[in-house]
Amino acid sequence: MFERELVIVGGGPAGMEAATSAHKSGVRDILLLERDQYLGGILNQCIHPGFGIEHFKEVLTGPEYADRVIKQVTSMPEIEVSLRSFAVHLTKDKVLTFMKPGILENVKAKALIMATGCRERTREMIHIPGTRPAGVFPAGLAQKLINIEGFLPGKEVVIVGSGDIGLIMARRFLLEGAKVKAVIEIQKKSRGLLRNIVQCIDDFDIPMYFSHKVSNIYGRNRVEKVSVIKVDDDFNELADSYFEIECDTVLISVGLIPENELIEMAGVEIDKKTNTPITEEVNKTSIPGLFVCGNSFKVYDIADSVSRDSAIAGELAAEYLRSLK
Amino acid sequence: MNAYDIIVIGGGVVGTSIARELSRYKLRIGLLEKEEELAFGVSKSNSGIIHPGTQNPTDSLKGKLCVQGNKLTRKICKELGVVFKEVGELIVAFDDSGMEELMRLKKEGEELGVPKLEIVDSAWLKKNEPNLSDKAAGALYAPTAGIISPYRFAYDLGENAAKNGVEIHLLTEVQNINLIPENSTAEKYRFEVSTSKGSFRARYLINAAGLFADEISKMAGIDNFKITPRKGEEFLLDKNDEHMTDHLLFPLPTKTSKGVLVIKTSDGNPMIGPTAKEVEDKEDLSTTDEGLEKVLSSVRKMIPTINSNDIIAYFAGLRPASGHDFIVRYEDKVPGLINVAGIQSPGLTAAPAIALMVRDLLKKNGLTLRRKIFFHRHRRKTVHLFAVPLSETEKLVKKDAAYGDIVCRCEMVSAKEVTDAIARGAKTLDGIKFRTRAQAGRCHGGFCTTRLLRILADETGKKVIDITKRGPGSEIVKKDRRDV
Repeated sequence: MFERELVIVGGGPAGMEAATSAHKSGVRDILLLERDQYLGGILNQCIHPGFGIEHFKEVLTGPEYADRVIKQVTSMPEIEVSLRSFAVHLTKDKVLTFMKPGILENVKAKALIMATGCRERTREMIHIPGTRPAGVFPAGLAQKLINIEGFLPGKEVVIVGSGDIGLIMARRFLLEGAKVKAVIEIQKKSRGLLRNIVQCIDDFDIPMYFSHKVSNIYGRNRVEKVSVIKVDDDFNELADSYFEIECDTVLISVGLIPENELIEMAGVEIDKKTNTPITEEVNKTSIPGLFVCGNSFKVYDIADSVSRDSAIAGELAAEYLRSLK
Repeated sequence: MNAYDIIVIGGGVVGTSIARELSRYKLRIGLLEKEEELAFGVSKSNSGIIHPGTQNPTDSLKGKLCVQGNKLTRKICKELGVVFKEVGELIVAFDDSGMEELMRLKKEGEELGVPKLEIVDSAWLKKNEPNLSDKAAGALYAPTAGIISPYRFAYDLGENAAKNGVEIHLLTEVQNINLIPENSTAEKYRFEVSTSKGSFRARYLINAAGLFADEISKMAGIDNFKITPRKGEEFLLDKNDEHMTDHLLFPLPTKTSKGVLVIKTSDGNPMIGPTAKEVEDKEDLSTTDEGLEKVLSSVRKMIPTINSNDIIAYFAGLRPASGHDFIVRYEDKVPGLINVAGIQSPGLTAAPAIALMVRDLLKKNGLTLRRKIFFHRHRRKTVHLFAVPLSETEKLVKKDAAYGDIVCRCEMVSAKEVTDAIARGAKTLDGIKFRTRAQAGRCHGGFCTTRLLRILADETGKKVIDITKRGPGSEIVKKDRRDV
């Protein structure tokens, strides 16, 4: 076991901003753990523009936004970046266990910032009945398959939910030559940003059904079709509105869940509904010196807001470390 | 042409149990499975319960084989390195008439030879099962009930059978069976089996084809039973609920099923279900809104606090039922044919006992069984990081760096476990999931699928566009854009 002043888990925009902010506030011993083989987190797969308008006063793509922050991080030699490093265990005394190929380490952090992001809600969480064929993807996984791996997951797509990732993927599939047959949203209006509705859906004449839900997924080996039904204000199905759409792919874009299983393991009080730490103040938790920032603190709409608030986590950690001396 | 002393049709837990048992003897054995991997039929949806033997009529074959199988399974699990946890089960009653029924079940169980049965009262339940409804009046406690992973059991049986010489043919669907007239060949082959992968000859044919056992039997000339699929929907809960109960919980059984249960699984996630509904289609594996409602409302009578938000996965399986009991018989009208059919619950528990019964039927009907001098009884236990303490993980990571390369974050599965699974026979994403648990957790493959595709492609030499979820037709991606 070794000891560090500040350990940060997660090398996306939140973790990187917290690291540079802590450095600016005087912390000179920082370990930044990232499970992937590069920094940047989910920004790397977001190749569309619209990032940085607030934070950098310029329109950037996700990878460009990430690149700017990565350059700041790597310009500060006191920030040690450890890639392919996967946190597996955390205690209330801030002893963190992480693994990387060939190594399992225990590090005692004086202060700890968790910037572990979100996972996507799944088809199972909204209980869509039917079969379980290939071709049902969380929207973010489909985004990674296309933008990072270079594979087209399907050719005829129905999107469940109108979250931002779903809207952006509607346009992305269409630009890749696939047919986007419908976006199905159970609410009366989209939960995505207005600009995404206009630029990803309206501009491409993609059919959008509000107050509708996918009531079943069909197909033995691969998705063959979905059934759709209109719902009333209390989400009751209106039987005679039933129709079917043939497709080979269903994307699920029904929201994000903050990933806070590690701090829960350490004993931080968690709101079971939102899966976020219970706290009055931004980035703080019930354990002193243990901070949470970015999408694992709360689900943000845009990366710029993540950067803004995560800087506060870096300052809070610096202040906490000063208070120990 | 492939010629065998014995062909086993069906690579589920029954077929692999039989193949492994017979591989002790000097016999040429072939196992034919229509899916791309073993256990992809009925077995993959099994609840994983090793039943004690209760809830079976005293004169039933399944009751007898279940009690025997409960003992045999422990031994085989030890030999093959399969984790067996004896968690015990409680059959819960809520009123006086229910308590009387428990007394009857206890008496029946004891007649069948189920050990250590005990009636426990509500005070015992409050102490030992605090989340159980306080309306529970008492329960029949069967401490010998246990849990295993049904598919890993089948994979390990298959692997060990192969090690002992059994030839396993996958994606090999039986299309036709011809009876060879007597004495036309010196080797006395009785059956010519045409499949999607060519023809096979056999002296003895063991039909363990699950849902399709009636069709296989008919091909061989015996049309005296029908398989009626009975669908069961099951719902898996988050691992955080692992200690919601400490035992398997059963309601009082009905005529057709053991009811909707709270199941502990060997991987930690509790499971609730199954429903029981007869269906026509042998491939109808869809889940329904009604199934979910039924399971939740039934289970909440036992555990009122179950939260439907904790459901992380669901699936349906089909029980290959034929009447109320198992069929394990030598068909005198077609010498050489043994039907092993209607193996519904408690088929997983009974499988090792069924294998012994099949062995005895073969012996009785003219097959000479000579033991091999070297039978590989043991199999090295598969490593799962999720099942070992971090101190053990640390040693493993030092021994092989790839144990430190985590692929699946929800279930903590390393690249080493994935490549091992592929080396042992995983060919599909589901095959990797069943063997390692990668993709089986709360994010459901959202984070690890891309990495798994790449590892599968690298290890098998396949292209990513040819990689499937569970066999031909279930390809994951449609097009490789890097070719454009």
